[in-house]
Amino acid sequence: MAPPNGPTDFRVERVDYEDGRAVLVFAGALRFAEASLVWADVRELLLDAPPTVRFDLSDVERIDGGCMALLVQLRCELESAGVDAAFEGARGQAAELYELYGGTGRPCLRAPPRRPGLLDQVGRVTLALAGELRAALDFVGALCLSLVRALRAPGSVRWRDLAPLMERAGADGLVIVVLINFLVGFIMGFQGADQLQRFGANVFVADLVGLSVTRELGPLMTAIIVCGRSGASFAAELGTMKVSEEVDALHSMGFDPIRFLVFPRVLALCLALPLLTLIADAVGVVGGLLVGITELQLTVVAYTNETLKALDLLDVFSGVVKSVVFAAAIGLIACQQGLAAEGGAVGVGQRTTSSVVSILFALILIDAGFTVAFYALGV
Amino acid sequence: MGWGPDAILQEDANFEVRRGDVFAILGGSGCGKSTLLRHLIGLERPLAGRVDIAGLGAPERRVGPPAFGVMFQGGALFGSMTLLQNVALPLEAWTDLEPEAVEAVARARLRLVGLDGYEHHLPAEISGGMKKRAAIARAMALEPELLFLDEPSAGLDPVSAVELDELILTLRRGLGLTVVLVTHELESIDKIVSRCIFLDKESKRIIAEGDPRELRERSDDPRVRNFFHRRSARRSE
Repeated sequence: MAPPNGPTDFRVERVDYEDGRAVLVFAGALRFAEASLVWADVRELLLDAPPTVRFDLSDVERIDGGCMALLVQLRCELESAGVDAAFEGARGQAAELYELYGGTGRPCLRAPPRRPGLLDQVGRVTLALAGELRAALDFVGALCLSLVRALRAPGSVRWRDLAPLMERAGADGLVIVVLINFLVGFIMGFQGADQLQRFGANVFVADLVGLSVTRELGPLMTAIIVCGRSGASFAAELGTMKVSEEVDALHSMGFDPIRFLVFPRVLALCLALPLLTLIADAVGVVGGLLVGITELQLTVVAYTNETLKALDLLDVFSGVVKSVVFAAAIGLIACQQGLAAEGGAVGVGQRTTSSVVSILFALILIDAGFTVAFYALGV
Repeated sequence: MGWGPDAILQEDANFEVRRGDVFAILGGSGCGKSTLLRHLIGLERPLAGRVDIAGLGAPERRVGPPAFGVMFQGGALFGSMTLLQNVALPLEAWTDLEPEAVEAVARARLRLVGLDGYEHHLPAEISGGMKKRAAIARAMALEPELLFLDEPSAGLDPVSAVELDELILTLRRGLGLTVVLVTHELESIDKIVSRCIFLDKESKRIIAEGDPRELRERSDDPRVRNFFHRRSARRSE
């Protein structure tokens, strides 16, 4: 028989009978604040796992929900292990709680969910990827249909959102685009200056900066900035609309969400990004000019002349063409991911992250494709 | 009829809604009430069978003026638009009205639901009950004869819920609307519902159909009796 507990006002004792029955006699007040003591005592008293256990609650003055839940859980565990376990003597408030916590029911233990095996996990991931692919194809199909219908009925596109969206995607991002592209030109200038100075070819830093900025870095860096700003914003906005049933409301009012939401956003990006790219090209060259003046002792006129000599209109144009394709990719991926959002705030967050990652990957892929194509075409 | 992407929630869901009814889809949590509503308004397709609304055919997602109005559970108002713009949206798209006339009709709809003076508020600036009223105004913008409401009283304080019930009754009486709604609020059911069906999660069937007051008194199905005789949160306050 276990000794009564010290400073607490509950007691639990075990009484063993000749027929093999063990009775745990609880007395006093069992409070959740002392649940760890009750739990430890009871477990210790049941270490030898008798075949029959009774929880005698007849002397319990008061028991709270937490303690009752633990006792019911213990009874379930014992029954699952093949022990004949039951409560007896509960009355008053203890009886009510006993009933409330399912003490009268069958053993309530459920097998823990089976941990998925390796094959199971591979299967799930494969199915998820297939689902993503299907959703993307669905989106492309719906997009093509909507495009045809929009061409037939241009008025069905929500044109009035175009200007505010262009402002959001273009004008609002101008400062960060200017700052970053200036620094990119500046860094390119410094990197080139160090090498070109050794050969006395200082002036060719203008060629290096001009060509790299207009053909590659200007469009790409601007697209990355717009991806972070507008791509994430569009995905989160449409995702939130989807989970708050606003997209369903559009359907129910007879609108096509692609014409209502997607086209204005994609078009806004396709118009804003080339403009941003042209500005990015200009400030990138200015960044290089600053290095030329301060580090290479070039004059503004000399640097500018060399830049104009090195640059062809086609160089600038190729960057602008790229930026239009980048813009379409940013808009379409962001909108597709946003419209695929499910499951509340978490789902929106996941789709936003996913859209940014997918867009960045797509940008690099498209850029690589353009580089190879331009090389092959001799552009 | 069954539906759902992964699991069948209900089978053989056949029922009729009569013109002028306030018809309720009832049942416990997870039995598919809102899913059934999504099928009725054409947002989902049944795995088998068809939804047929007399004179309207099978509802489906299509571009064009809607045949009925829908109010979603949270209102689903467009957050970037004012209440007036929200209500005017279907009018601008699907009527030939001049902008001034569109605005006048939208204002009248908002006045009808008690939102006079809130035309230029954004949805984020008004209460949950007002959002639902505005959503009803938008659903009624094109003068539909049939209105679907998903949990109109959900999440509302008792006063707002009673006001919304009264609004639904007023619209039904005044405009001759047929209303199909999903709800589990006993107070609303008692007050506004004329006929209902009761969905059961376990058997995946409709287990009762008729006047809710009769079902409350006479149904011998324990699931239906338990539903109707549970204590209402609103009633107990």
